[in-house]
Amino acid sequence: MSIVIQNVSKRFGSFTALQDVSIKVPEGELVALLGPSGSGKTTLLRIVAGLEAADCGTVQFGTDDITNQNPRDRNIGFVFQHYALFRHMTVFENVAFGLRVRKWANADVQARVMELLSLVKLDILAQRYPSQLSGGQRQRVALARALASSPRVLLLDEPFGALDAKVRAELRQWLRRLHDEYPVTTLFVTHDQEEAFEVSDRVAVMNAGKVEQFDTPDAVFESPASAFVLDFLGNVNVFHGRVQDGKAHVGEIVFDCPGPENQTFGAAKVYVRPHDLDISVEPSEGASLQVRVTHLRPAGSVTRVVAVSIDGQKEIRVDLPIGRSRELAIRKGDVVFVHPRRAHVFAPDYAI
Amino acid sequence: MHKASLAEPHLPSTLPISPPPPPAARRRPEGSPVVRAILIAATFGIVGLLILVPLASVFTQAFAKGLGTYWQNLVGNAETRHAIFLTMMVAPIAVALNVVFGLAAAWLIARFRFPGRTLLITLIDLPFAVSPVVAGLVFVLIFGLQTPLGEWLLAHNYQVIFAPPGLVLATTFVTFPFVARELIPVMEAMGPDEELAARSLGASGWQLYCRVTLPSVKWGLLYGVILCNARAMGEFGAVYVVSGRIGGLTDTMPLRVEKLFQEYNQPAAFAVASLLTLLALVTLVVKVSIEPRVRQEQERDLPPEISQEKA
Amino acid sequence: MSVGVSRRVLPGFSLTLGYVVFYLSALVLIPLIACVLKAASLGWDDFWSVVWTPRARAAYALTFGVSFVAAIVNSVLGLIVAWTLVRYDFPFRRLVDALVDVPLALPTAVAGLVYASLYVPNGWLGQFLVPIGIEGAYSRLGIVLVLIFTGFPFVVRTVQPVLAELDVETEEAAAILGATPGQTFRRVLLPALVPPVLTGFALAFARGLGEYGSVIFISSNIQFETEIAPVLIVSQLEAFAYREAAAIAVMLLAMSFTLLVVINLLERWSQRHA
Repeated sequence: MSIVIQNVSKRFGSFTALQDVSIKVPEGELVALLGPSGSGKTTLLRIVAGLEAADCGTVQFGTDDITNQNPRDRNIGFVFQHYALFRHMTVFENVAFGLRVRKWANADVQARVMELLSLVKLDILAQRYPSQLSGGQRQRVALARALASSPRVLLLDEPFGALDAKVRAELRQWLRRLHDEYPVTTLFVTHDQEEAFEVSDRVAVMNAGKVEQFDTPDAVFESPASAFVLDFLGNVNVFHGRVQDGKAHVGEIVFDCPGPENQTFGAAKVYVRPHDLDISVEPSEGASLQVRVTHLRPAGSVTRVVAVSIDGQKEIRVDLPIGRSRELAIRKGDVVFVHPRRAHVFAPDYAI
Repeated sequence: MHKASLAEPHLPSTLPISPPPPPAARRRPEGSPVVRAILIAATFGIVGLLILVPLASVFTQAFAKGLGTYWQNLVGNAETRHAIFLTMMVAPIAVALNVVFGLAAAWLIARFRFPGRTLLITLIDLPFAVSPVVAGLVFVLIFGLQTPLGEWLLAHNYQVIFAPPGLVLATTFVTFPFVARELIPVMEAMGPDEELAARSLGASGWQLYCRVTLPSVKWGLLYGVILCNARAMGEFGAVYVVSGRIGGLTDTMPLRVEKLFQEYNQPAAFAVASLLTLLALVTLVVKVSIEPRVRQEQERDLPPEISQEKA
Repeated sequence: MSVGVSRRVLPGFSLTLGYVVFYLSALVLIPLIACVLKAASLGWDDFWSVVWTPRARAAYALTFGVSFVAAIVNSVLGLIVAWTLVRYDFPFRRLVDALVDVPLALPTAVAGLVYASLYVPNGWLGQFLVPIGIEGAYSRLGIVLVLIFTGFPFVVRTVQPVLAELDVETEEAAAILGATPGQTFRRVLLPALVPPVLTGFALAFARGLGEYGSVIFISSNIQFETEIAPVLIVSQLEAFAYREAAAIAVMLLAMSFTLLVVINLLERWSQRHA
C-alpha cells in the first residue's frame, strides 16, 4: 500500500509547519523524513497518522483517500519516540491491545501475540511490565504492538531518539532486517542523517516545511539538490566565489560547473566535501590553494586534516584516506597544496 | 499534591498545592462533545450544590435581619466579643509555637540523615490521624482536675484545662504538622549547597540561617502559616473537650457558634460563622495567589551533588 | 533530593534534634501514651466490656458506616470533578478549582451550622426535600451529607495530579490501535486512575472517622441511632468516666492508625508500575 501525500499544508497559528508538501512513498519501501527540528517532519507524519489534520491537501493509502478519516479507522501502526506503552498492562497485553479492541477470539490473540513477540525476540518477557524493561526492549514491544493487527502502513516518530547510542545502532540494523523480511510500507522521522541513510530506501530531506529533495540516499548524498541538503548532510567546506563564463572562480581555482556555458551569476558558493579534496606537496595542475596544516587526527579509515589558508583567512578540512596520508607523510605545520576533485556550486536561488 | 521526599506514611496537608493548570495541550484524540457538556454541567452542579450554596447561605442568614442586627450580634454581646478576642489570641500563639517547631524540624529532617529520621517524619504526621475529640481528651487526661498534676496546678493557681492555656495546647496539637510539612519539601528542593557555601565563607549558624535559608523558604513558610492559622481558628472538637464550655471565658468562635445555635439564636450564630467563613475565604485567596511561588520553591532545580564535583 | 550532610559540617543538629524530640514528646507522645495508659488501667477484661457495649458498638458501626458511604460518594463526585478540571477548559475553571478547597479551609462548626439550617423543613433545600421524604437534618442522612462536604476535596486532589501527568501519547496510541474513546477510557485511563481514587477514598474515609464539629450540629446525637464514636467519647467525659472515654478513644485511634497504614500501602501499590 503506497502512501501518496499531495499538496499538504499546515499552520499552527502564525507558524507554518508544512508548505505544499507532496511525496509518494512506494509500496513496501522504507522512507525516512530527515531534517532538523522545526522542519515539519513530525507534523507530516502525524497528519499521515490522522493525529493532526492538514489545512489543505490530501493523503492517500494506495487509491483510498483517507485525508478525513479517523486515526482508528486507518489501520496503521505508529511507534512513538517515548514508546507510549500501557504501563499497567503486561508486555503481552500491550501487544494484544489492538486485537482485543477489535474483538478477536482469545486463541487467535494468543497465537498472533506470541508470533510477534518471537519476531522481536521478547517472547520470554511476555509477562513482564514495561517498567521492568530496558529502553530498547520497550521500543521493540512498541513495534510488535504496532504490527499486531497487520497494518497497511507503519509510521515511526524518531523511534530510537530516546535510546543511547549503542542500542540505537543495534536497533537500527534490526529494523532494516525486519523490514527486509516483512516489507510493510514504512515512513519514519529522524534528525540523524546516519540513521536515515543506513535504514531507508529513500530519504526526504525537509527544511522549514518543505521537501528539499526526495531520492535514494546515494543520490541525495552525491547530487544534493540545494545548499541546505548539502550542508545538512555532514561536514562541508564552503568557498565564496564568482561564476563567470560558465565556470566558478574561487581565488585562482576554477571549477567546472555543469549548466549553460555563458552563465554569469556573480557571487556564488562553492561547496566541497572534505573527502573530495586532495593534498599534494607540490602545486598541481589547475590552480590549488596553498595552506598550512594546523591539526592532524586519525579517525577510523581517514585522517582528518585541518589546515588554514596561507593568508590565515580560511579554515579548510580535508579527509585523506589513510593510505594517502601515509604516502604524503605530512605533519603539523607543513605547507601543502589543496585542490578539489569535485564541487557543488550554488548561487543564491539556483542549484547548478 | 507535592510529596517530595517525605517518607511514607503520610496524609496530605489539608490544603495541598493544586497542580498547575494544564498548558494548552496538544489536542487529545476526540471525545464526544456531549460527554464533555454533561461532565462540565455535572461539575458546576456538584460544586454549586456542595460548596456555593452553603457559602451563600452563611452570609444570607447572617444578614437576614439587617446590617444593624448583624453588627449588634457581633459586638453587642459580651460573650461573643470575648469569643472573638479569645480566638484571636489562642490561634496566633499556636501558630507561633508551631512555626518554631516547623523551622527546627525542617532543618533537622532536610539537612541531616540519622537513625530514626523516618520515624520522626511519621510522628510529625500523627495528629492528622487523631480525631480532634481524642486530641482534647488526652490533655484532659493529663491536666484535668482529677489528676495529681491538675491538683498541683490548681493549688498554685494555674489552670490548664477549662482555661485558655488548655485551649492553646489543644490547638497547637491539632495544627502541629502544618508548618513543618510545607517547609520540608521546600528545604529539600533547595539543597544544602548555599548554606555550605555560606559556612565555608565563615558564617555562623544563625547568620547562615537568617541570611541564606530563611529567604529561600519564605513562601513555603508563609503558606504553612496561613494553613496553620486557618485550622487553628476553626478548630472545634479538641477545643470543645478542653474548654469546659465556660461561656465568656473559654469559648472560642467556633464554640460560640455552637452555643448560639443551641440557644436557637440563628442570626447571631450565623453572624459569628460569617466571620469565620470570611477568614476561610481570605485564606483561600492568599493560598491561590502565593501558590505559584511556593511551587517554584518546591521544584527548584537541584544544585549538583557535592560529592560529584565537576572538574 | 537533598543530600544528607555530615553533622559536623552544618550546625544545629543537636539543637534542633533536641528541641524537636522535646516538643514531639511533650505535645504528642506523652499525651497519647497517657491516654493509652489510662485505658490500660482498666485491665484487659474491663477494657473490652467498656469498648464493646451495645451502645459503643452502635457508635462504631454508625461512624464506620457513614464515613464509608460518604467516601464512596466522594469518590464518584471527586472523579467527575477532577476529570473535568484537568481535561476540559471552560469559563470559571480556575474559580471552580479554587472552590474545591473550601471544605478544607472552612471551620467544621460552620459547615455543621450551615448544613443543619439548609436541610431543616424550612431551610433552602429542606423545603423541597422534606416533603418528598428526604430528611437531611437530625438524621443519619444528615451526617452522611455533611461528611460528603468535609471529605470532598480529597479524591479531587489525589486524582488531579495523576490525570494531569497521563501521557497524551498513550491515548493516541490507543486510538491508532483501534480503540474508541470509550474503550480507551475503560482499558487505558481507568486502570491508571484506580490507585489515586482509592487513596483519596481512604483519606476521605479517615477524615470522616474523626469528624466531630460538623456532625454534632446536624445529628440528633441519639444513642444507638445517630451517635457517632467521638460524641460517645464526649458524653463519657461529661459523665467523668475518664477511663471509659480513654478506652473508646484508644479504639478510635487504632482504627485511624490502621487506616494510615492502609493508605501508605495503597500509595506504594500505586507506584508499582511507575
